[in-house]
Amino acid sequence: MSELAVPPVLSARNLVKHFPVRGRGMLRRKVGEVHAVCDVSLDIRAEETLALVGESGCGKSTTARLLLNLIRPTAGEVRYRGRDITRLSRRKMRPLRRDLQLVFQDPYASLDPRMTVFEIIAEPLRVHGQFPYGGREAVRELMATVGLDPEHRNRYPHEFSGGQRQRVGVARALALRPKVLILDEPVSALDVSIQAGVINLLEDLQEELGLAYLFVSHDLSVVRHIADRVAVMYLGKIVEVGDVGSVFEAPAHPYTQALLSAIPVPDPRRERRRRRVILAGDVPSAVEPPSGCRFRTRCPKFENELSTIRRRRCIDEVPELKYRYSGTEVACHYAAVSTVL
Amino acid sequence: MAEPIPSILDADALAAAERGQWRLVLRRFLRHRLAVASLVLFLLVIVFAFIGPLVWKWDHLLHREIPSLASPSADHPFGTTRAGNDVLAQVMRGTQQSLKVALTVAVLATGIGSVWGAVAGFYRGWIDTLMMRIVDVIFVIPFLAVAASLSGAVRGGVTWFHIAVILGLVGWMGTARVVRAMVLSVREQEFIEAARAVGASDPRIIFRHLVPNTTGVIIVAATLEVATAILAEAGLSFVGLGIQPPDTSLGLLISSATSAAFTRPWLFYFPGVFIIVICLTVNFIGDGLRDALDPRQTMVRR
Amino acid sequence: MTFDTDGPEPPGDGTVLDVAGLTVAFPGDAGLVRAVRGVTYRVHRGESVGIVGESGSGKSVTSLAAMGLLPRTARTGGSVRLLGQEMLGLGDAGLSALRGNKIAMIFQDPLTSLNPVYTIGQQLAEAVLVHNDVGRDAARERAVELLGVVGIPNPRRQIDAYPHELSGGMRQRVVIAIAMANDPDIIIADEPTTALDVTVQAQVLEALETARAATGAALVLITHDLGVIAGHVDRVVVMYAGKMVEGGDVDEIFYAPRMPYTLGLLGSLPRLDRARDHRLTPILGAPPSMVTLPPGCPFAPRCPMAETRCREEEPELRPVDGGPRTAACHFAERLAGVAPSDLFAPVAADPGAPQSTREGT
Repeated sequence: MSELAVPPVLSARNLVKHFPVRGRGMLRRKVGEVHAVCDVSLDIRAEETLALVGESGCGKSTTARLLLNLIRPTAGEVRYRGRDITRLSRRKMRPLRRDLQLVFQDPYASLDPRMTVFEIIAEPLRVHGQFPYGGREAVRELMATVGLDPEHRNRYPHEFSGGQRQRVGVARALALRPKVLILDEPVSALDVSIQAGVINLLEDLQEELGLAYLFVSHDLSVVRHIADRVAVMYLGKIVEVGDVGSVFEAPAHPYTQALLSAIPVPDPRRERRRRRVILAGDVPSAVEPPSGCRFRTRCPKFENELSTIRRRRCIDEVPELKYRYSGTEVACHYAAVSTVL
Repeated sequence: MAEPIPSILDADALAAAERGQWRLVLRRFLRHRLAVASLVLFLLVIVFAFIGPLVWKWDHLLHREIPSLASPSADHPFGTTRAGNDVLAQVMRGTQQSLKVALTVAVLATGIGSVWGAVAGFYRGWIDTLMMRIVDVIFVIPFLAVAASLSGAVRGGVTWFHIAVILGLVGWMGTARVVRAMVLSVREQEFIEAARAVGASDPRIIFRHLVPNTTGVIIVAATLEVATAILAEAGLSFVGLGIQPPDTSLGLLISSATSAAFTRPWLFYFPGVFIIVICLTVNFIGDGLRDALDPRQTMVRR
Repeated sequence: MTFDTDGPEPPGDGTVLDVAGLTVAFPGDAGLVRAVRGVTYRVHRGESVGIVGESGSGKSVTSLAAMGLLPRTARTGGSVRLLGQEMLGLGDAGLSALRGNKIAMIFQDPLTSLNPVYTIGQQLAEAVLVHNDVGRDAARERAVELLGVVGIPNPRRQIDAYPHELSGGMRQRVVIAIAMANDPDIIIADEPTTALDVTVQAQVLEALETARAATGAALVLITHDLGVIAGHVDRVVVMYAGKMVEGGDVDEIFYAPRMPYTLGLLGSLPRLDRARDHRLTPILGAPPSMVTLPPGCPFAPRCPMAETRCREEEPELRPVDGGPRTAACHFAERLAGVAPSDLFAPVAADPGAPQSTREGT
């Protein structure tokens, strides 16, 4: 495949992250572990958008922070241009921070309310000692790049609308000319009419600057619009990954199917015709995830289609991510394509 | 755009804009009427304490010409003491000494307390536990004993500066606690993670992001510090560990006049009024500053 | 039938909720915040109406007014009639008799509508007992039954759980069960699924549909999510800057909007069912401040169609295309056959002025 010819810019191999659950009291003894991310591998290629989707608590934001080395993985490695960065000290990591940047979900909380927009965008330049070399001009250019008026640079974040604030966040992330942008739900907090402008901006920036994006989101409509490939996470594991067309048109994992079918489409006639896969119950606790396939406790296929003998395999054996005929990699013993849109 | 000229223009424009921001802070402060009135009053008190002794015909020391226990009159507007001091001159001197002590204590205690609290709150874990246990321990050490042993160790007599340093060194724990509590909540906000993601160092995060976002509580703590320092100094003087006669302070004046509060009210009430005025004005100035320094305040009251 | 603006009529034509010329304003530090500046709609028996708008459009305040839940400082005008009875200005006692019994409300955050110190069974039974003269045991039986209806597994066991022991989706289903406990005539759901994940949202929306089918209640569904609106309502009210700017059947609104704002909203939506072959068309700028509204159409500053008239004269909500659908646009008819990309540009920049202008004094 042609994909294999391009080496990934950033890749994760068998990432595992467990967070300790501590009891109350002085000693705060460890009473368990949240299995937030479990054996996740993925590749982000240059000038490509990989979307990481899933519902709250599935581990997508943790994965994003692991990729940036903001938290240390329990096991596994993250390679940036072939070099493992998970063991790097903070000092050795610092030059790499220029290449890997993060845009946050909440444009209200992610900007220091006591700093002017100028200072916020200049901060990465100052931290990396680049500010004395044309920093002022750089900030003005960055503001223009993200579609803000540079004349507003001395305003404070609260004086801007949500969409404009998110642009400030993008400008800050771009200040060091990164190669990879990790976007953690960058448009989820915005109203739709505003969100569209930020999406357009992200598309343009990718084209102009040749950025690679990891686009973390729960909104599959946005993902369909912006991503090239998509990885679906459930309870700390990737259950399906492939290019956007294949995953959306021919999902093979029962969870992907349920997720896609659950998303309402702004098209009344289509909505009236659609069949919904309603999942039973809630996501199980990540402290004690189910054995075998983690989705089996809510899986409609497990519940309604499989015989007792075939179910055995779901309970005992963890399904591996494998290439399927549909063009996606699926982690399901009994994967079968079903169109749900 | 051509390179060199715009960047110069830009620097000028930026400097102008930064001035503009300070003007904005000033404007927000000026809108706080109580704070402005307090500031005026406080400045008057300072003039009274520091310029007053230079122009007033008496100083705070004993003079044989001064009648004993005279009521307020044109010659002695605040009256006189039994021994023969002019109370106005004493209040001037006392206010001066108390202000010097109080402001030094406020700067010292607020400085130590905020840094201590911010560091503890930022690092959490065992560093936090250790630092806050130290705070607890200093809290339970009786500060009079500390002051006594420290002032005993000072050779050549205790001056206001020694008192201020002693009070500052034992008085910063409250500030440390409130700053830590505030930092614990601020550090969880995304902009701290954002700073980390660009590779900012810990000191930068603490001093550039955490401390500015706790200015509200720091200013409140500092104003409280001023009030407690004046009272603590009075307490020290009362037990003979603070500023000693013939020098004087507001606390000393009051404590030596408590028995005369009803019979010779001028001895008690004039210094008392000054303590109250200082504490209240500093408090209101603090309120005004806190609001003026918070950029979000523009939104609330336009 | 639907969006006529005449005065209130006695119900008998099947009108459950009749909102006419509703205005709500809150006194604030900066002046009067005119949160709702005129909303008129009517909900018929068993019908479902969607109110859609972005944050700050006044859509939630509208429903709070209908429930009599506005803070005391609010100044209201117009009328809200529930089964012919005026709700505005009705005292607490009068409102309590109606709430739960005739009208029920579901909020975004179920934790705020459930009391944390009682089990869900106690709260459900309470809701049953308030308006029905039945015994405790019968009330509990009804509670179990209701939990089953909204799809809570093992209702007999779950009934003794406390709200914090349930997940967000489960809690919202309990709230729906409480809402349907007394066969209300109308359920008002204010962003009932906004805080939930999509698969849970699907569960809750299904529970809501079940509740509606079981009680025959009309539904007012308030949301910013056009997808949810598309699948669950018969008619739509679009709100912008505190005003109703368009109303009509759901198909009319989605396939042939007559208000540039609605068209713009549809053009800004990324679509799950469309490949990445088009640019989104955002609406430039931001909604106006509700304190200092400019004269003219509130959407004019963001509207690519705006002309001088739009900036001077605020358009009234009026019937278009021969009615009954309505739109508040001077040039509504020009939008016939116009696609979002014909009117709005696929831009990426947003250089508009920061929202708060500097303080005057």
